[in-house]
Amino acid sequence: MSKIIASAAIRGANTLAARADEMLQKAIAEKGKDFVFEFPDTAFYLPMIYAMTGFQVKTLGDMNVALGFAKELLHDEPSEQVWKPYLGEALDSGMATLFAEEILLALRYVNGLEPCKDPDTGYVYNGFITDTIQRNLGIQLVDGTMPGFAAIIGAAPTDDIAVSICRELQEKNILTFLSGQSNGDSVTRQLLRKGVDLGWDTRIVPLGPDTEHTLYALDWAIRASLIFGGKKPGNFKEHLTYQKDRVFAFAIALGPMDDIKWSTGAGAINMGFPALCDTDVPVIHPTGVCTYEEVDKEFDHSRIVQKAIEMRGLKITVEKPPIPVAYGPAFEGERIRKEDTFIEFGGQRTPAFEWTRMREMEEIEDNKVIIVGDNWQERYEKGGQMPLGILIECAGRKMQKDFESVIERKIHHNINEAQGVWHMGQRDINWIRISNNAKKDGFTLEHLGILQATMTHHRFRSIVDKVQVTLYIDEKDVKEKLQEARAAYKERDQRVGSMTDEAVDIFYSCLLCQSFAPAHVCVITPERLGLCGAYNWLDGKAAYEIDPTGGNQPVPKGDLMDAKYGRYTGVDDYLKKASGGAVETLNLYTIMENPMTSCGCFECILAIIPEANGVMIVNRGHTGMTPMGMKFSTLAGTVGGGAQTPGFMGVGVNFITSKKFLFGDGGIKRIVWMPKALKERIAEEFRTRAEEAGVPDLLDMIADETICEDSEKLVEHLTSAGHPALEMDSII
Amino acid sequence: MEKRIHTATPAAERIVEWAEEQKIETCFDRAEKLKQCPIGKEGACCKVCHMGPCRLVGKNAEAEARGVCGATLPTVAARNMLRMIAAGTAAHSDHARGMVETLLAVAEGQAKDFKITDIRKLYRVAGILEIEFEGRPVNDVARDVALKFLEDFGRQRGGEIYYTKRAPQKTQDRWRKWGIVPRSIDREVVEAMHRTNIGVDHEPDHVLLHGLRTALADGWGGCMISTDITDILFGTPQPVKAEASFGIFKEDEVNLVVHGHEPLLAEMIVDVVSEPEMIAYAQTKGAKGINLGGMCCTANEILMRHAIPTAGGFTNQELGIMTGLIDALTVDVQCIMPAITEVAKKFHTKIITTNYRAKIQGAEHIEFEEHHARDIARRIVRLAIDNFPNRKTKGSHITDKFPVIAGFSHEYIEYMQGGRWRGSFRPLNDAIMAGRIRGVVGLAGCDNPRVQSTGLHRFLAMELIKNDVLIVSTGCGSAACGTAGYLTPEMSLENAGPGLREVCEAIGIPPILHLGACVDNSRILTIASAMAAEGGLSDEIGGMPAVGIAPEWMSEKAIAIGCYFAASGVPCIFGGESPVEASSEVTKIMTDVWFERFRGALHFEPDPEKMLAMALDYIDKARETLKLKKYEPGKFGTEKVLMDMAARREIEKAAKPHVGIF
Repeated sequence: MSKIIASAAIRGANTLAARADEMLQKAIAEKGKDFVFEFPDTAFYLPMIYAMTGFQVKTLGDMNVALGFAKELLHDEPSEQVWKPYLGEALDSGMATLFAEEILLALRYVNGLEPCKDPDTGYVYNGFITDTIQRNLGIQLVDGTMPGFAAIIGAAPTDDIAVSICRELQEKNILTFLSGQSNGDSVTRQLLRKGVDLGWDTRIVPLGPDTEHTLYALDWAIRASLIFGGKKPGNFKEHLTYQKDRVFAFAIALGPMDDIKWSTGAGAINMGFPALCDTDVPVIHPTGVCTYEEVDKEFDHSRIVQKAIEMRGLKITVEKPPIPVAYGPAFEGERIRKEDTFIEFGGQRTPAFEWTRMREMEEIEDNKVIIVGDNWQERYEKGGQMPLGILIECAGRKMQKDFESVIERKIHHNINEAQGVWHMGQRDINWIRISNNAKKDGFTLEHLGILQATMTHHRFRSIVDKVQVTLYIDEKDVKEKLQEARAAYKERDQRVGSMTDEAVDIFYSCLLCQSFAPAHVCVITPERLGLCGAYNWLDGKAAYEIDPTGGNQPVPKGDLMDAKYGRYTGVDDYLKKASGGAVETLNLYTIMENPMTSCGCFECILAIIPEANGVMIVNRGHTGMTPMGMKFSTLAGTVGGGAQTPGFMGVGVNFITSKKFLFGDGGIKRIVWMPKALKERIAEEFRTRAEEAGVPDLLDMIADETICEDSEKLVEHLTSAGHPALEMDSII
Repeated sequence: MEKRIHTATPAAERIVEWAEEQKIETCFDRAEKLKQCPIGKEGACCKVCHMGPCRLVGKNAEAEARGVCGATLPTVAARNMLRMIAAGTAAHSDHARGMVETLLAVAEGQAKDFKITDIRKLYRVAGILEIEFEGRPVNDVARDVALKFLEDFGRQRGGEIYYTKRAPQKTQDRWRKWGIVPRSIDREVVEAMHRTNIGVDHEPDHVLLHGLRTALADGWGGCMISTDITDILFGTPQPVKAEASFGIFKEDEVNLVVHGHEPLLAEMIVDVVSEPEMIAYAQTKGAKGINLGGMCCTANEILMRHAIPTAGGFTNQELGIMTGLIDALTVDVQCIMPAITEVAKKFHTKIITTNYRAKIQGAEHIEFEEHHARDIARRIVRLAIDNFPNRKTKGSHITDKFPVIAGFSHEYIEYMQGGRWRGSFRPLNDAIMAGRIRGVVGLAGCDNPRVQSTGLHRFLAMELIKNDVLIVSTGCGSAACGTAGYLTPEMSLENAGPGLREVCEAIGIPPILHLGACVDNSRILTIASAMAAEGGLSDEIGGMPAVGIAPEWMSEKAIAIGCYFAASGVPCIFGGESPVEASSEVTKIMTDVWFERFRGALHFEPDPEKMLAMALDYIDKARETLKLKKYEPGKFGTEKVLMDMAARREIEKAAKPHVGIF
């Protein structure tokens, strides 16, 4: 009965609080209570304690205060007979456990013990999950490619079962965290023994060897409501409701349960995350704390994933093309090393290209895969290297020439999501590898075509009625077709270049993030892509054609009210409605007055530096200090959650080189600082834009972290470099 | 002749039998000897003026019978009912006034023996009353709270009692539509007396509407104020483990019993009996210590807060004395049988009246007064100790006792469903929606020697939980269940239906939740309001799958309670013959008409099987109207709605505001 669980959770919390206390007092004795601590790359202190209580833990002394909160939540075990109620007490103990675990893990960092290293294999666990990773994953959290999260605790009965559970989770696009042990073994070790790729790229993230490390996953979850939900620290009711309603996480506990597992589970139940066990545990079926069952059991490991997903109320639709290998975004990140490669195409080794073009309905045959080249089977069987031209021809009543590039960009994902098949690059610089394992499983050249046809249909279901795929494998054919393709690329680029905000009547909104950031609305124009960098205007247009009631809606521009700041009547009308009244009006081309809001998954943050009379840009991957005196993670905390914050704005990388970038504030000449890596990434485009703006060497005048990380030195640098921003009108 | 069973509590029955042998008369004997007046019991007797009493009887009395003044039977029955409501309201509310006065005295530093125990609750109440509390001294806030509550008693110019707004908006709308929002407590009682005076209000429906207004002044006024202030002064109850029945008395300790309804003196006695000097004094008299017990609702108050054991409810008061073990019995107000002084004469027990309002011939009077609370409590405890050596061997020594889990305040019920962080009524609402819990019954009211005392409570409690109905109990209903051994979590494992059992097991609760004294029926009102606010069931109190039952009621206070539940939207079923039996028109108003207007009703039904059927029928009909899953025992579980990304984007943007407990 649930009393067993409650008793264990209450005991576990008491144990952990005592353990944390002991470690903390020792650390304070050694290092003093003013010893400063922060988890790597987070703006949220000890995130669970911060979100629940609003208390910022910055020092060991602060930890002592926070541990006091945990102690207040401890209770006595219910008695054998005539017991007093225990559910509320067990859940309190769960929260106490999370607080104690957060402090324990922080202290392990202080003592240099995190991230853990597996003593046998040398494998280094992930440890604390940074804000950057959280934001990197932002778009996947909302576009359906990462619909849920599993925490697997313990070890499966056999290595093969561990692999099959994780593979199933991968195929269902679930992000999986691993922690804890059972009988001295763990799923992490089981997967390592089986040679399974682990890490963020394959969506299987080992956090640490102990149950306590599960807290890292919960710390990750709670930051969703801080970052994307814009919930105030300390407003625990709202945070926890958000977690229950929007963060689709669940636990699968493999192997025998103990007090710590139960108490950590009780902590997770506070967040609405249920647990499914593979042992004969008591179950808790009544609903209300979780959406459905809180604790359940399933002995059949082939059913455990499906059951856990349903228990969490998660709907997953997976389109799997008829190919002999596993398929899904979780396999996208797989690398195929040279020695594992069976055959490769392109990559400067052989001529190759990929090209999508629109055809008339009668010109192509649906789902047909044509391989042009004699004896292709024999030549494929030999492996090694081969030329490859991929031509995808699409027809449909709603198909438009503009969608060619949108469909073509998905080729990368179509191929990469197949396990054992790898793709990078695009157009005529693509590179594909098929691994020995995939070949062994029966993957042929034809499958490369089949998956394109299937996935193009799936992704563009109401645009594309017919898809035909042709693969060219003779060098002569490839080179010939390549000429045609290049002409098409060029024509396309010119068309995109001429696509301006003024040239269209309709912008598109992007509401995908409303599943996590309910108040935020992106407005995507031809010259301003979504702040996540993943959706441009054409994507929006195509997405609307695919699903007229979906996350991208047309926004008729209406009348232009302010050409300089980019204010349109239609945009304002739409925003009022779509943001639920949170945003009244929007200026597309300025940071200073009613700028665009952010969900939290922006690629870059712009922030004004008044003393430099300009703006700095910091991209998500940059973890160093900025002249603002804040790191990316801290700055990001000021912009998320769908609120307009003049002087701060989240943008996509490609927007920096748009002609509409801060058009109303003076354009790219306002940029005074950005990280070197970002400079390098956009250099080519930027130089072109700089020339157009009349300052050809602007990029060199812009400071970066190698020049300065504070505003005083920044101004010095700008002055000596003769940066134009200093001469411009005051930005404020 | 078949042996008559007087009470369904075996321990009590053994004492009654012993008393018969000893020729000591009890309420059971008197109930048997003294038949109810057949005219008065069904509401057909009018004695509001001295032209009467008039008996409105005879063939076709409903249409034809008239009093001397011409009053019809429906008029007379309705007026009698209103007078009962007024008396009940007066009782609870005068008690509440005492609580407010004490709070004020504490705030002003004049009642130094008391303090404010639950500051969080004080702030919550202040918040509801729109009194600023942040950054202010606690006593200033308490004073403002007390002064605002005092307004609720004597407000003279229109207005509404403050707690009206705690009801769901739709419930308030119904009250406003029918003009029954109470203006102030005393005023409604005074007006009730005025209207029923000779020659004033004669239209039965009009008379009874004022009955509902007066009753609302009781429920959302007196009772609720009393509950909240008692929590502020002495702590909001949380579950405690205690004991019930006559076995709580100890042979080798001084047994002091507090009986009645007020917690003030009792709280002080709780404190004083653990003073080392007192214990030492008891030891000088040959006792091992001092054992404090309770009876009736004073017992419930200190049981809920301090785990003080209870000897049971109303019909146990004479029997308790007959154990021969009670050295002193203090009484305050309400439900005190004057017979106890007679019984006590045959034993050594001292009866002490303590309230300025209530004296009994043959009792010693030590008047409680909050400014000198501790001194008075000490005097009483000393008196009990001094009486210990006088204890004789005579008595029906009973050792039966049962463990009890009690202390389910609104706040704790919210807490127990999710703890400090997730506390809410979602799980309860979910359980009702999924059919795990069929519905909720408030099992309350007195125990009564005219039936097999506590027997109806026991029967209904057992049958309801078997039928997956969660019970919340108060007053002597709680005492009846406690002395039956029903208030344990094991009860749910052994006797609850499969769905209720799952819920009880998940939370760790008994299937019957002891909410406190009869004045704490107000907790049921705020719980029902919270359930409405939580969503998924009815958006008002009316229409919930919930019923109130007082199977053995006898006090006018029970009538006031039944009427405030009816007006708030809860159908109530009372046991025994109807006090308005004589008039079918009045009966119809109190059932059909009230149900149509307020979704509540007040039925009288002596047959326990029929009470049960009627309650389940109300619950099932409410489920049907709310389009909930049809109740089927053992078949529950929500159909899962699996969420894809599009569905997640549609999650209602503004989460429903929810008043948390902390």
